[in-house]
Amino acid sequence: MIHSLFLINTSGDLFLEKHWKSVISRSVCDYFFEAREKAVEPDNVPPVIPTPHHYLITIYREKIFFVSVIQTEVPPLFVIEFLHRVAETFQDYFGECSETTIKDNVVIVYELLEEMLDNGFPLATESNILKELIRPPTILRSMVNTITGSSNVGETLPTGQLSSIPWRRAGVKYTNNEAYFDVVEEIDAILDKSGTTVFAEIQGVIDACVKLSGMPDLTLSFMNPRLLDDVSFHPCVRYKRWESERVISFIPPDGNFQLMSYHISAQNLVAIPIYVKQNISFFETGSSGRLDITVGPKQTMGKTVECLVVTIHMPKVVLSANLNATQGTYNYDPVTKILLWDIGKLNPQKLPNLKGSLSLLSGAPKPEENPSLNIDLKIQQLAISGLKVNRLDMYGEKYKPFKGVKYVTKAGKFQVRT
Amino acid sequence: MFGMSTNNVSYNEQGSLESGVDAAHENSSIPASVSGGLFSADYKKNEDLKEMLESNKDSQKLEAMKRIVGLIAKGKNASELFPAVVKNVASKNIELKKLVYVYLVRYAEEQQDLALLSISTFQRALKDPNQLIRASALRVLSSIRVPIIVPIMMLSIKEASTDLSPYVRKTAAHAIQKLYSLDPDQKEHLIEVIEKLLKDKSTLVAGSVVMAFEEVCPERIDLIHKNYRKLCNLLVDVEEWGQVVIIHMLTRYARTQFVSPWREDAVFDENSEKAFYDSEEERKVEQVKPYIMDPDHRLLLRNTKPLFQSRNTAVVMAVSQLYWHLAPKHELNIITKSLVRLLRSHREVQFIVLQNIATMSIQRKGMFEPFMKSFYVRSTDATHIKILKLEILTNLANEANISTILREFQTYVKSQDKAFAAATIQAIGRCATDISEVTDTCLNGLVLLLSNRDETVVAESVVVIKKLLQTQPSQHSDIIKHMAKLFDNITVSMARASILWLMGEYCEHVPKIAPDVLRKMAKTFTSEEDIVKLQTVNLAAKLYLTNSKQTKLLTQYILNLGKYDQNYDIRDRTRFIRQLIVPNEKSGALSKYARRILMAPKPAPVLQSAFKDRDRFQLGTLSHTLNSQAIGYLELSDWPAVAPDQSVRIVEVVEPVKETGAPVHGKSKPGKSSEKFYSDSEEEEEEEEEGSSSEDSSSSSEESESESESEENSDDSNKSSSSQSDSEKKKKTLKNKKLQQQKPDGKDRKQKNGNAVKGQSRSESESASESSSSESSSESGSELDSDSDSDSGTDQKKNTRSKPVQSTLVTKVEKKEVSLLDLDDFSPAAVPSPKSSILSPSLLSDLQGLSISPTQSALQASSPVFVPETSHELLHRMTGKGLSAQYHFTRQPCIYGNSMVSLQLTLSNGSDQALENIHISEKSSTGQNIHRFNAIERLEPQASVTVSMGVDFNDSTQAANFQLCTKEDEFSVSIQPAVGELLLPITVSEADFSKEQGKLLGMNESSATITMTPENVSSQSVNRKVVSVANLGVIPSSQENIHRFAGKTVSSGCLVLVSVALKDPDAVITINTERTVMGSMLLRQLKTALTNSDP
Repeated sequence: MIHSLFLINTSGDLFLEKHWKSVISRSVCDYFFEAREKAVEPDNVPPVIPTPHHYLITIYREKIFFVSVIQTEVPPLFVIEFLHRVAETFQDYFGECSETTIKDNVVIVYELLEEMLDNGFPLATESNILKELIRPPTILRSMVNTITGSSNVGETLPTGQLSSIPWRRAGVKYTNNEAYFDVVEEIDAILDKSGTTVFAEIQGVIDACVKLSGMPDLTLSFMNPRLLDDVSFHPCVRYKRWESERVISFIPPDGNFQLMSYHISAQNLVAIPIYVKQNISFFETGSSGRLDITVGPKQTMGKTVECLVVTIHMPKVVLSANLNATQGTYNYDPVTKILLWDIGKLNPQKLPNLKGSLSLLSGAPKPEENPSLNIDLKIQQLAISGLKVNRLDMYGEKYKPFKGVKYVTKAGKFQVRT
Repeated sequence: MFGMSTNNVSYNEQGSLESGVDAAHENSSIPASVSGGLFSADYKKNEDLKEMLESNKDSQKLEAMKRIVGLIAKGKNASELFPAVVKNVASKNIELKKLVYVYLVRYAEEQQDLALLSISTFQRALKDPNQLIRASALRVLSSIRVPIIVPIMMLSIKEASTDLSPYVRKTAAHAIQKLYSLDPDQKEHLIEVIEKLLKDKSTLVAGSVVMAFEEVCPERIDLIHKNYRKLCNLLVDVEEWGQVVIIHMLTRYARTQFVSPWREDAVFDENSEKAFYDSEEERKVEQVKPYIMDPDHRLLLRNTKPLFQSRNTAVVMAVSQLYWHLAPKHELNIITKSLVRLLRSHREVQFIVLQNIATMSIQRKGMFEPFMKSFYVRSTDATHIKILKLEILTNLANEANISTILREFQTYVKSQDKAFAAATIQAIGRCATDISEVTDTCLNGLVLLLSNRDETVVAESVVVIKKLLQTQPSQHSDIIKHMAKLFDNITVSMARASILWLMGEYCEHVPKIAPDVLRKMAKTFTSEEDIVKLQTVNLAAKLYLTNSKQTKLLTQYILNLGKYDQNYDIRDRTRFIRQLIVPNEKSGALSKYARRILMAPKPAPVLQSAFKDRDRFQLGTLSHTLNSQAIGYLELSDWPAVAPDQSVRIVEVVEPVKETGAPVHGKSKPGKSSEKFYSDSEEEEEEEEEGSSSEDSSSSSEESESESESEENSDDSNKSSSSQSDSEKKKKTLKNKKLQQQKPDGKDRKQKNGNAVKGQSRSESESASESSSSESSSESGSELDSDSDSDSGTDQKKNTRSKPVQSTLVTKVEKKEVSLLDLDDFSPAAVPSPKSSILSPSLLSDLQGLSISPTQSALQASSPVFVPETSHELLHRMTGKGLSAQYHFTRQPCIYGNSMVSLQLTLSNGSDQALENIHISEKSSTGQNIHRFNAIERLEPQASVTVSMGVDFNDSTQAANFQLCTKEDEFSVSIQPAVGELLLPITVSEADFSKEQGKLLGMNESSATITMTPENVSSQSVNRKVVSVANLGVIPSSQENIHRFAGKTVSSGCLVLVSVALKDPDAVITINTERTVMGSMLLRQLKTALTNSDP
């Protein structure tokens, strides 16, 4: 399926290539460069590019283009999903997925790619299995390896590969047994000029960090599972139990993983934690404009809104901004035309306000569209949908694990139109 | 990571890294810091590596290999090191070896002769006891693209395909594709291997072999038949990538094998459909309906449904396209939510998903309309995402939502992203033509846009307005005039051309302006774009015909300019026009018609989606994304008019495990058989099947269109002197038959294995018959449709081993004179169907009368009326290290003790090793008295066995805890009985019932009033619900509206009397028993059951 993979950075340098079948010349990437040039923004590069003899399927992630070469019909999502899985694996192994880390760990990267695909078909993509085959680098291990000449390649077949639980390795042992769950919800919303909600929905995920010995069988139940009508699960979750009892029953992979994600759609009422009063206007004459933004709490369920950031992509004609913020700091980047106002904690007694004038390129016509505001925020200890974990039970092992659940609400794609 | 052994090494390493980066691009020289010039550096470095590879220290070699891999990764040539590297192929150091493999696979093709040196190492490794080494040897061997080793590869693949390790077999499946691409002539042999591997039961292999199938022989659809059901059942447990491939293959398969579910008249009864789902039942009993979905078709849809919840977007997309292409239209809505969910994923995923939604939304607006807002555009979306969202919004537009959509479009038009703004204008144009109510509004809006400052917006508006005007030109001469005024300021050629065309076409509406425009064009003609020139020529011609007085000279001037244009299209057009409009001696009759030719009314263009007709490609494919056929695209065939033979998918299985299970699985048939009497057609069908099956005398079939009966086959032809159905047809023999009638449970199609019917001889013994059903857990997913020849050996062994158990059973059975039939898989589906007379009072009373002799006391237990099919999980295979256990209540009097509840346990081995000595540990943790099953000496991998046991619960619902042990492990398990399972049905006369009830009043009576839902009021449904909750006997009642049931507790034998009095719409449930606690628990359960509207 996947013939070759090329990694290319934003400045167009091809810094890694891997072929799973016969070698394909890197000149095939010229078609990609052509499309890249046409697209201007890296985000606009089409994911599928046909060339006379091949097809290029590309993802753009962490400032790297993963360009895969395909020769025959294949579901494009199959390749896209796989490439993202590769990027996630790099992230998992090296802490971040960047050109530098990939170059620094080129041998491990190569070994990983070798294990992840055989003849272009995915072989081992589960992080638990890969880590048994190829140990992730640590400073200590690389020291030991160079001195003793030992390797970071596993010597046995990962047990998971063969068992019925391919995502968990056998013989896990911890002195402290702990299981943590983070319920993270993101609000995607579009608010219009007057502040009414055009569209809002909640995207939630439950991230887990499970460090439990042996083969624990966990059951997570919710106070209000009815909220969740659209869910997707890690393969370890038993669909049947969910269907019949609305509990999440699973044997967890070892370490960090995403247990489930859910989607609470616009049909249900979504609480919007803040309101934004804004007035951005450009004058016909004088090449200037005025900006006045106030942010206040709306439905915060008694919690504090933190890490509040307002980002505005200004029209190209805006040269500079002379503003005054009652709270936090603002910064206008005249190159990218991004105005960033970092407010921090929202104080309901004294509402933060950003006010002042914008100067435009003289002589240029006033921009027609007012820029929209993108809001970022965080509320600790609150799942805005009201989802609550009821209990976590463990079967199959004798010890008492330490359990914890954390709730966070964030703004996802939260946009205010002006 | 890299060398830290010596400073020198690490220095070099970094040097090479840096140089690689540079060299990757500009082929620049290596930094001078490493060493002198370009050539010497390369030369030296490789010399250096060679030396390191030849050293005798592994660490040195490893270091060298790491650097070489670094070179390969950067695409630099390291082929001259081949001889030095290949020597290390037999290294003991695993990492070194792996890196050598990486090198070999990369360069073997270029250095074929040298590569051959390594082959013997791999051949040796293929025999290694370690499966990892065998697998990796095969991987590398098959990846070396050297044609000379094709025979060796073929041999290795054949060998590996029978390897005990599923991991090695998976590797073999991958190797098939590699060999095929190396040498397509091997196809026939490879197909044999594929055929063999398709039968593999391991979930590990399934995805890979289907991939190989798709690549090597997608046309050999016949290979799938026998494996179809297995694949469907394994699907949930296959790894995610395999799922995608299998789903795509099964989609194609299904389109060739089943008839279309989309027929107009195929109206489904959604309710009954649901019911079948719930009960894991797929038979369609609706004979009236013209379309009956093939059960295999339904099986596929049902087994793929949970995958909508997958985290892998490719899987979700694959299932969605499967539903789109295969499911009845009314079931499609399930797709929507999942696809909308995927929109939150990465940009690239969004792109593909939106494309597919765009195609779907053209055909079925309704599916996505409720989610319209999910397609609203954000300013941060990438342009191609925005345009796709716009496309979908336009597809979804209708009279009801158009105002919302247009308001949304207004925001988009102002977008800073001009390509997107232009696309929005196109979209508005499409809305205007599609929905006539808003045409004027849209047109006015577009005219306003003409004064927009941005040229692309204006140009796009002009183009769209032009298209709109064609539909109703007369009313809009104002707009045309307005556009003529704008003409000077517009520079985009497409827009200019559009305006010129409009002028020409409607020059009669603007008689003053048009010639003036032509005058302006004559001035600028030479500097215009080709498309504008063409339209200028057109305009000139049209004006010449309508207004030759004013424009004759202008036209001639323009035609002269055109005559000498550089572009031959324009020269051609000019020549043609001149001949057409200017009459001269040469132009014949044609010029007379010039006016009619040029000024003919033209049909308005249809603005339509770019995604129209995209669905000629299978959704989710690359071809669909590109809208052109990709290499290797496999066409999705149309539904066949008549379904091909369905029996090809029947897998004939001799189930090895069946016989070991002492306790019988089967079905008490009185109800079932009576059901049969009503359907002649089914009987015919059944007879046919019977006939055919007796011919081959093999044991099982799992397939039947609609009735389980038809599926049965007798295992041994000599024993099955009388066929099951025969006996059933004789209504009169019903009475005697009660104990013998057993059915192989044909119905557990979900379990998907054939049922072997054993010892079916009615004449010999009343009860010595058993049918066993195969392992039951569909969840375990490891069904055993092994083919009969390969398994017959073990089969027989098992047979012998199980004999003692069987015989004891038989004797006991005879003593007790009760039916030991197991109703394990009694199908509830028979019940909800309208014709289910299973519980019809008359028949029941008939039966009741049979089961007890008149002389026996009134408290004689009768046989259960109904045995629910549900089994409960005792031990999950994951907790049980491969061993899984399920139990279910047989509702029969226990043969091990009068106060025990009889249970049936199905043990399956889901691991790869045989499990030995499975037994229940002696020490019971709680007080219950448990009769253990005889220890099972050995359970083969993927096999399962059914045993029975008895537990004395002391009439309490307290769980019985005990240890299930294998040779190595002990698992604590517990069985928690429902209160209804602690009863045994009894038969009393109505009079006796009232008498006993009279004795149990006051404290011993508990009652409740409930409101019945209308569908529950029928006596059948009341009966059915009560007996499904509790193991009670039905007492024939003389009153229509009162239903009576009687039972006794298993341990203490206390009477439990239940009566349900219907008073429309209410019902009163009364329970009389000394065991008040049980009474109240039972009451609660009955209340829920009767108020619940589910069948």
